Amino acid sequence: MRRLLHSPYAVVVLLALIVALLPLVLPSTFYMRMAALVFIFALAVVGLNLLMGFAGQVSLGHAGFFGIGAYAVAVGPAHLGIPSWAALVLGAAAAGLMAFIVGRPILRLRGHYLAVATLGLGLLIALVFTNEAAWTGGPDGMPVPRLVVFGFRVFGPRMWYWIAGITLVIGTWICVNLIASPTGRALRAIHDSETASRVLGVDVARYKLTAFVISAIYAAIAGAYLALFDGLVTPITAGFLRSIEFVTMAVLGGLGSIFGGIVGAALLVLLPQVLTVFHDYEHIVLGAVMILIMIFLPTGIVPALAARFGRR
Amino acid sequence: MLATDTIGIGFGGVTALSQVSFKVDPGEIFAIIGPNGAGKTTLFNVVSGLYTPREGRVSLGGEDVTGMAPHLLARRGLSRTFQNLQIFFRMSAAENVMVGRHLHERRNIAAHLFTLPSVLRQNAFTRAKAEDLLAFVGLTGIADRAAGALPYGALRRLEIARALATEPKVLLLDEPAAGCNPVETAEIDEVIQKIAASGVAVVLVEHDMKLVMKISHRIHVLDQGRTIAEGTAAEVRANERVIAAYLGKHGRAESEHAPD
Repeated sequence: MRRLLHSPYAVVVLLALIVALLPLVLPSTFYMRMAALVFIFALAVVGLNLLMGFAGQVSLGHAGFFGIGAYAVAVGPAHLGIPSWAALVLGAAAAGLMAFIVGRPILRLRGHYLAVATLGLGLLIALVFTNEAAWTGGPDGMPVPRLVVFGFRVFGPRMWYWIAGITLVIGTWICVNLIASPTGRALRAIHDSETASRVLGVDVARYKLTAFVISAIYAAIAGAYLALFDGLVTPITAGFLRSIEFVTMAVLGGLGSIFGGIVGAALLVLLPQVLTVFHDYEHIVLGAVMILIMIFLPTGIVPALAARFGRR
Repeated sequence: MLATDTIGIGFGGVTALSQVSFKVDPGEIFAIIGPNGAGKTTLFNVVSGLYTPREGRVSLGGEDVTGMAPHLLARRGLSRTFQNLQIFFRMSAAENVMVGRHLHERRNIAAHLFTLPSVLRQNAFTRAKAEDLLAFVGLTGIADRAAGALPYGALRRLEIARALATEPKVLLLDEPAAGCNPVETAEIDEVIQKIAASGVAVVLVEHDMKLVMKISHRIHVLDQGRTIAEGTAAEVRANERVIAAYLGKHGRAESEHAPD
């Protein structure tokens, strides 16, 4: 038991238990819906955390990749006659390819410069979705047909709870695998000292790109899920605020903590629901909560609490 | 093994290095000394590919590697440590050394994503190698401690272990004993001699003259970016230009205490 707790796979087991047992205590489909949304956003944040928390490279444009996944499952079936599941796979591949092509030049930049470049990338992608109205429905967005797998129609909060939950468990497992591998060690090394990493033989540019591509694919799958779940996609899906939301989730929960990213996603999805009791002051309270978390738990919720309790 | 030919580099009109040439053989301990600002670390940065020289050539094992990227130099057997420590502070001591094994590991990303059994076996092997290297530099029982929590003297040796993990043919040590107490310095002295005895060409920048005079086979002296002398400890110690520029009366007295 002790060994399991200290194993990097503890988070996967914990998450699998949560996904499996949560429906027993959730009183209505509304809560199932909220949980499914948490899982979908958490999937994107787990990927982003790989880039930001482990490799130490910021991205303010991940909603762009999220949007590519979302629009793929809308445009694919509507304009190209591709089934939704194939459109999802193509969308994820397209986001990965986009990250691969754009990542090469922009990942040379560091810190604030990288932040601005990724921001530009996100804005550019959102702009395309807004302007190519013939394909995307423009600012009004477009409907997304239901996912059909083997003639089986996937719809409703209950089904999406399981699909998103299981995907998140798998996504987390893959992320843990990667971090414990030579690739993961290289990424973490780059975060602490690029110079030392290079001297030890790590191809820094290649590994940054790897993290960027993988995180883009995570975001695209999450975006496709959200669009399929909502049955609608608009340019807001790919917008700047969404990118900021992902970064905020990762930072609040704790950069470099996989479970932290999931907690951060849960917090930002659920808190606005809880805070509706404050009516007009909802956003003020939300902002205050975020500021207080950063002041009192500066390394993020999960790492700060783990340091305070538990591990001595 | 490693040679530089008339290296020159400048930063914004200031000449940092000019006409610096040296050659190091396998198994040799070759020290580069000189006053602060003489260009020792700049020379290391040129040799290890962090800077591209304005003129001159660097060759490694007979191959021209001038201006080659550091990670490609690592593949050709060059590794180094840093004067201003470049530790992976958020990783454990063992993980720091494991990163040094990067080039000797299979780097198949698909296998890593799904942790195939081969990845687990390889992780265990890399970890065992890392523990051996930590023991080699005199760090035992700290493998799982966070590198950021280790004392300064331990970090110097951790960098050596990490550089050795690449299995270098040429090892550049930038002030390996800086900030270390005499006991740690003695341990580092022994480690460096063992490394050279295994056939690695060791290039050393160090201010501790006792250490330098004791273990170096040859010493190269820089002043203001130029070579002013090269030879054995005895030759360098007796060189008037070296005494004037660097050793001075005090340094000379100190270095004469060192056993030859």
